[in-house]
Formats: sequence, structure tokens, C-alpha cells
Amino acid sequence: MTEPIKITPPIVDADVMRLKAGDKVLITGVIYTARDAAHKRLVELLDRGGKLPFDVKGQLIYYVGPTPAKPGQVIGSAGPTTSGRMDAYTPRLLALGLKGMIGKGARNKDVLDAMKRHKAVYFAAVGGAAALIARSIKKAEIIAYEDLGPEAIRRLEVVDFPAIVVNDAVGGDLFHQGVEKYRRAP
Amino acid sequence: MRKISALEITKVVKELCVGAACNLPPDVAAAVKSAHAKEESPLGKEVLGQIIENFEIAGREGLPMCQDTGIAVFFVEVGREAAMDGSLADAVNEGVRQGYKDGYLRKSVCHPIKRLNTGDNTPAIIHASIVEGDMVKIKFAPKGAGSENMSRLKMLKPAEGIIGIKAFVVETIREAGGNPCPPIVVGVGIGGDFEMSAMLAKKALLRPVGAPNPDHDLSGLEKELLELVNELGIGPMGFGGTVTALAVHVEAHPCHIASLPVAINIQCHADRHKEAVI
Repeated sequence: MTEPIKITPPIVDADVMRLKAGDKVLITGVIYTARDAAHKRLVELLDRGGKLPFDVKGQLIYYVGPTPAKPGQVIGSAGPTTSGRMDAYTPRLLALGLKGMIGKGARNKDVLDAMKRHKAVYFAAVGGAAALIARSIKKAEIIAYEDLGPEAIRRLEVVDFPAIVVNDAVGGDLFHQGVEKYRRAP
Repeated sequence: MRKISALEITKVVKELCVGAACNLPPDVAAAVKSAHAKEESPLGKEVLGQIIENFEIAGREGLPMCQDTGIAVFFVEVGREAAMDGSLADAVNEGVRQGYKDGYLRKSVCHPIKRLNTGDNTPAIIHASIVEGDMVKIKFAPKGAGSENMSRLKMLKPAEGIIGIKAFVVETIREAGGNPCPPIVVGVGIGGDFEMSAMLAKKALLRPVGAPNPDHDLSGLEKELLELVNELGIGPMGFGGTVTALAVHVEAHPCHIASLPVAINIQCHADRHKEAVI
């Protein structure tokens, strides 16, 4: 197996373009959390001409709703949620310069097209590996929509957060490639 | 009559909620480890290695193995000679409330349209039945949405028969891809009526992973469906591989001469369930 590629957000187009579907990465730096309810508010805010609670340019969004932190914990268990639920909102954020998303499961064509257009990458983390992934999160702070509880937007500081490139910016698709390799059914 | 206090039910339910979130049952842990040994894809193997490391950390440190600690689903069997001093639903919901709060579990239940979180993971989904005896048996199976969302129900035409059933199962798993966090357990409910097929599919998931249906024809179907599903190549997390499902469990029940209901309930690898008898 090849060594993981180190990623340190914010990232630029050149960083995106060297990532290929199937590459393993370790992310170190700041990433932001948002899932369905937060995305809905972000896009409604854009519709009203408002300013987002954080600048998405060059950033990565992690689709996660963690469990509450126990005393002494930075964050509770924090694995990825199903990304497809964010498909309706993601192209808007990509157009503003969002460079990547971290989740699980497939994206729709609109998102994949927007990723090619705006040069962005989609990573998967291992679904259900929430206690393990939480170990790479060193700091967590709610920066918006606290009333959404687990769905609030958090700013996370991560060290060697493990993920894998599923969709790159030139049409590479790990789900497609991986399944084709192991498919035995017609 | 044997008296059972509602407070006791609440206490047991609270322990079930916290215990299930942090400890993968031994049958599931063994199935995931066997998948790790069998998986042919190096990446799939690595993913399964992370899944094993994760549930070991969770069990050791008392942490939820998945952040989606689920909507709380209970199957309760109440002995007809057990007399409770309060409402079963109230007692169970209070246990959920306490367990999800004190156990630092995620509250994942909201109004279906307004999407406002109820704040305490209630109401629980409670399926109760009256049985012989004076005991109360509580089975808890928290259900995450990633896998639940990929579940399907279809009213087939009787003419579609066994071929139609197999095709529906395979198509549902293919469509689900990596979304439900494979390797999955597939519960298939065949027959009954609309809602009963769904109940059969859910009950099928409560069996120990890989324990065959005692009916020879159905256990044969389970084996065949498992092979068909694993031939899809979806693999751990959908990254491609030879283990897409750990097991397929089928339950069947007579149905109307004009109907063939089939329900498929998908369960992720974090197949949490725990039971207690009072």
C-alpha cells in the first residue's frame, strides 16, 4: 500500500489536482463540520444575500454530527454521515470556493459536475469508526447554529485525520473503480 | 401475578441504551473479524481493520462506537402474569431519556416535518407483545439512519415469485452501495401484509449474525442471497471488495393470495443490540 498524502487546509487548486481517486490522505489543520440542517441554513442565508459564518474558500467540510463530549474529552465519537443528503446544497458552496468534503457514500451528478467545474475533491472516512476518528480531533469549537445541537457548525483542529479520495476533480471515482474490480455478478 | 416496578424497567432500559452504544455484541465482532480474514481487497481489509480497532476502543473506553447512536427501537415481551405499576411506554421512554443523557449519546430524534430535535432521543419505537409467564424481556436495537435510509419495501406481484424476490434484494443492495456502511447485515421479510413484511425484516436482524433460519428452504435462500450480494463487489464502505454483507437473514409469513410483500431492512456493521430479562 502506498503512503498517505499529507493535506493541510486551506488548500488551492494545485493541491486538489494532484489528488486521485483511491489516494489515502492524512489531514492536519482546520476543518469545519456541517450536515443537513446547517447546510439548509447556509444556503438560505446565501439566498438572502447574507455572509456565511465562515469563509468556505479553500476549506474542507466534514459531514458529522458528533456525540456529546464526556468530561475531559475534546469531542465525542465523530464518524462521517451519509454525504448524499447534502447533494442538494453542495454545488452552491463549491461555487464559493469550497475545496473538499469528507463523508461517506456516493455523490450525485450535480455535485460531481460542480467538483470538476470548481476543482474540488470528495473524501470518504470510514463510517462507524467514530471513536477511532475522534482521536485525530484535537480541538472543537461551535462557531454557528448552536441551537442545532449535534448539527451545529464546528471548527475542528485535526492531526492526521484519515480519509481516502473517492472522487477527484477529473472524474476519477473510487466507488466505480473498486466495485468494477471485485464485481463477479453480470 | 408477579409485580414489576416501572422504575426497574427504566433502570434496565437506561443500562441497555448505554451498554449497546459502546459494546459490539460478540456475534457481530466475530463476523467482522471473519470478514477481515476473508476480504480480498487490500483497501477493504484495511477498512475492516479500522472498524475492528474502533469497536475495540469503544468497548475498552466506554465510548459510543458510532456517533449515530440511533433511534431507540425496543421489542418487549411482557409475560401475562407480570403486573407493572405504570405505563410500559412511559417507563421505557424515561430509560431512553436518562440513558442518552447520562451516557453522552447523541439525540437524533426530531419532528418529521419541522425537523426540531426532541432533545432527549424520545419517543422510542416500542413493539410490545404479551407472552406466557411472569417475566419481561426487553430487546434493544438502536438504529442508525445511514442503513435504515437504504431499506426498501415493495409489493411484488405473486407471478414475480422467488426470482422477483432475489432481484429486489440484489437491486436494493446495489443501489445502497457504500451508503449503509458495509459490511452490512440484510434482513428480508417475505409475506404477511404491508407492515408485517417490514416487521419481519426488522426481526430478522435481531437474530445472531449468520444464524440460519430453521426452515431449510429459507436457510437455502439466505445462503444464495448472501452469495448474490457479495458478488456485487461493493465491499467494505463501498470501496470495492468481496465482503459486502456479513449475513442475510430471511423471515417469512403467509400472505394474501393476491400479494407478495417483500421488505428489506439494512443494518450497518455497527450492529448494536442488547437484551435483558426482568
